[in-house]
Amino acid sequence: METQTQAKSQEKPTGTIRMTGAEAVVRSLLNEGTEILFGYPGGAIMPVYDALYSFQKELHHVLARHEQGALHAAQGYARVTGRVGVAIVTSGPGATNAVTGIADAMMDSTPLVVISGQVGSALLGSDAFQETDVVGVTQPITKWNFQVKKAEDIPYAIARAFYIARSGRPGPVLIDITKDAQFASFDYQYEPVRYIRSYRPTPKVDHEQIKAAARLINFARKPLALVGQGVILGNAEQELLDFLKKSGVPAAWTLLGLSAMPSDHPQNVGMLGMHGNYGPNIKTNEADLIIAIGMRFDDRVTGDLKNYATNAKVVHLEIDEAEINKNVHADVPVLGDVKQTLPLLTETISQGDHSAWMDEFRACDRIEYDRIIREELAPSKKGMTMGEVIHKASKAFNDDAIMVTDVGQHQMMASRYFRFKQTRSVVTSGGLGTMGFGLPAAMGAKLGAPQRQVCLFVGDGGFQMTIQELGTIFQSKIPVKIVLLNNNFLGMVRQWQELFFDSRYASTELINPDFQTIAKGYHIETVKVTEREDLDQAIAKMVAHEGAFLLEVVVEKEGNVFPMVPAGASVSDIRLE
Amino acid sequence: MQQEFTLSIFSENHVGLLNQITTVFTRRNLNIESLVTSESAIAGIHKFTIVVFSSREEIEKVARQIEKRIDVIKAFVLTEDEIIHQEIALYKVPTRTLLNGNEIEKLVRQYGARILEITEEYTVIEKTGHHKETQELFDKMDQYGVVQFTRSGRIAVTKAKAELLDNYLRKAELDKQELN
Repeated sequence: METQTQAKSQEKPTGTIRMTGAEAVVRSLLNEGTEILFGYPGGAIMPVYDALYSFQKELHHVLARHEQGALHAAQGYARVTGRVGVAIVTSGPGATNAVTGIADAMMDSTPLVVISGQVGSALLGSDAFQETDVVGVTQPITKWNFQVKKAEDIPYAIARAFYIARSGRPGPVLIDITKDAQFASFDYQYEPVRYIRSYRPTPKVDHEQIKAAARLINFARKPLALVGQGVILGNAEQELLDFLKKSGVPAAWTLLGLSAMPSDHPQNVGMLGMHGNYGPNIKTNEADLIIAIGMRFDDRVTGDLKNYATNAKVVHLEIDEAEINKNVHADVPVLGDVKQTLPLLTETISQGDHSAWMDEFRACDRIEYDRIIREELAPSKKGMTMGEVIHKASKAFNDDAIMVTDVGQHQMMASRYFRFKQTRSVVTSGGLGTMGFGLPAAMGAKLGAPQRQVCLFVGDGGFQMTIQELGTIFQSKIPVKIVLLNNNFLGMVRQWQELFFDSRYASTELINPDFQTIAKGYHIETVKVTEREDLDQAIAKMVAHEGAFLLEVVVEKEGNVFPMVPAGASVSDIRLE
Repeated sequence: MQQEFTLSIFSENHVGLLNQITTVFTRRNLNIESLVTSESAIAGIHKFTIVVFSSREEIEKVARQIEKRIDVIKAFVLTEDEIIHQEIALYKVPTRTLLNGNEIEKLVRQYGARILEITEEYTVIEKTGHHKETQELFDKMDQYGVVQFTRSGRIAVTKAKAELLDNYLRKAELDKQELN
């Protein structure tokens, strides 16, 4: 794009400004504080792109190579900044390509506003060129969506979209705008939305619930806190630390709750769930109280619900009423934003000491270390493990980078072995488990936190699902560090095949291209490591390099992630091998 | 335990809301027995009355997930003892069957049905009542040949004094004032 041109609108004395719907889209985004958006142009969204051309200084548009990439980048941006990610796509295939990102954001409560172009309103419903019923298609996977057919409705629709996306439990919102509404002129005025009659984003705190929860906490002998993304979304990290300090309760985290508290916090007992740590899983069924803080008891966390938290009462701090009793019965629900409820709870509980109970977790840690971690991080075998690469990378980044992952074995390994000092340092696809998420999400994360190092871990399978985004990284000069853990397999599926399908490796072995040549084609600096002795130096080179960097590490072909709670099994049946 | 529930759902009157509500049932593979949408007593607020067989546990989850939709105001889960409800059924029979003896006339009297229209060819009879009652009349009349039959979904009002929504709206109004 060229230098900024003059905006076409003219001030009118009434305080409104006459402009097109397309310009109103851009102005509304600016009014909501948008600085960056990710997208891909096409017929039905061209008027908005034309308007964007006039606002290049105020609004940075990042051209992705595929709409899915634009969406995941917006997600990455939203996750590290806590702001609303914005994506813009055309009608039909543009919008359907965005669907995976929208569904992913819905599952992981990521605030997004997606603007999609639509065919002219006169053509709606007629199977026009590039027409898809996007509002219908995205209805179950958006927090809210809306079709705009008149330019006058654009400011209100966008104001509502931002309010809904970021308030309460955040989520994706889609605004579908017909082409004629983009072309039409009207008198623009922007009014942010702060209230919707039918929408109560944050339930009012009930002090009786706080008292009841405090009673249970005070009397519990073996309490366990489960920290979810609600803490991060609510900016309640300090409130969490205060609660942990006073209560003395051991705290485990869900995948999306990772980095809400520092890795080296004395009460941090590790990751929950299928490939989580041994202690928090096995101890879930010994605990007499579960304190769930902004988490939703996903099946990957709970395993078999009938044999989950069998000896425990449950206190559930949650902003979304629909999550209460959805999977696990809450003896005491504490509705509200954890930013509000945690301090009230901390105030109400008495000083606790659970050091003997904490020691039991540390004993579990020693078992896990002896049986799994030592060999994973310092293998006695020849082949490199994912764990050792991740461990070394984490250290090289001083345990303070933003970790982005794709989906699969490397994702679990990265969550287990990468370490964190500050919050909002993890971008991963949790609920939807979207392969191909990593590379574009890392771009968005880096653009959202340019002062921080962003380290992506990706497998050879997921990398190829959105590998075209290397083009975006090249064009937009996004200095992400990509660690490709290449085992020439779809590793997680292969692991399941080995364990549960009699090692019948159906369609999981990949014959891969030369990733070095591909990176070079995009002018991205790259190194390939096949021997352990070269690893440290390569990682150091990656960390020091100023631009984007691909570090490809050929890891052992048939490594497995352990511990593991097999699907449908109880957390007590966690396997160490 | 599976039992019959009547959901009373209040929403803003926007395009696409029906779809938003029904997908919650679809996701859980719950069959909707009947569904009626209409205006409510409160201006601008729409009401859905949905009958479904489910367990108490599941239907409460469904109600919360429906309520979660932005434009849905409130979803109430009601059981038979909490509501007064009706359905309406229309029966079309050939007029000659009325003329051959007085059986159908007897049924009309007995069941409190009424005749809406008579032409030389057909007669349309209407009955309001519970599902069981309109079905019973159908079974009896069908011996004489019902050529068309249709039954509406359930409509219901609660035995509570006012519309259940009133409390919510009062609170919402207070929330709004707090903001300003």
